[in-house]
Amino acid sequence: MKKLVGQTEVNVNEEGYLTDFNEWNKNVAENLAEEHDIKLTERHWEVIAYLQGQHQKEEPLSIRGIKKSGVIDIKEFYALFPGGPLKMSTLIAGIPKPKSCI
Amino acid sequence: MNETKVKKMLFILSKGSIENAYAAFVMANGARMEGIEAEIFFTFFGLEAVQKKKLEHLKVATVGNPAMHIPTMLGGLPGMEALATNMMKKEMEKLDLPTVSEFLEILSDSGCKLWGCKLAVDMFHLKEEDLIDELDGILTIGDFYARANAEGTHLLFI
Repeated sequence: MKKLVGQTEVNVNEEGYLTDFNEWNKNVAENLAEEHDIKLTERHWEVIAYLQGQHQKEEPLSIRGIKKSGVIDIKEFYALFPGGPLKMSTLIAGIPKPKSCI
Repeated sequence: MNETKVKKMLFILSKGSIENAYAAFVMANGARMEGIEAEIFFTFFGLEAVQKKKLEHLKVATVGNPAMHIPTMLGGLPGMEALATNMMKKEMEKLDLPTVSEFLEILSDSGCKLWGCKLAVDMFHLKEEDLIDELDGILTIGDFYARANAEGTHLLFI
């Protein structure tokens, strides 16, 4: 389905995740974050870049992976993306919601 | 996104087998990952999961467990528990499941509260230093009920 994010129209699934990463840009990310009351800082962008990198390498994302990432620890991850850090950060990063239970 | 009505999950882990500990850990972590509050109350044999010396030696129950698909008598043979536990741990590793101590660390960092049961701690003559550093404290069951202070709280006995 189509969704208006800021001034841009993007394609999203029923959970609001972008279905085409080519439609993602920083402006889209900022608007998606704002919908969830998150103001993106330098630290958020570092995490987003890490998640997108992992996704590109087809590495499955998990909370254990975050712990081992060397980019961010779990406490800060929860603090940056309240209300479910992995599902929130992937939504903003324009990549699919992780399917893992861990 | 669909909003869940569950806002807080309180788990009571009463058993000391590895499959029960992981059930509690996976559900508590899963709750935190969905933005749901989570707390675990370790009581009776569940306390083994938060004892420094015991937590990495939790075993699969091979006796009285029909899902093992081996005769109960065989399940009681020496070494069966260790064998089944090793097999399960290998499968868990393949799925990138954390070990017990790492899982507790992840839960604690995720904001999941971990509590010891006062009655069980007294009964097993445990001291604070026997228990993991991540433990948030020792509570009575009454104290734990008081943690159910939010709309949409659920309590689960494992």
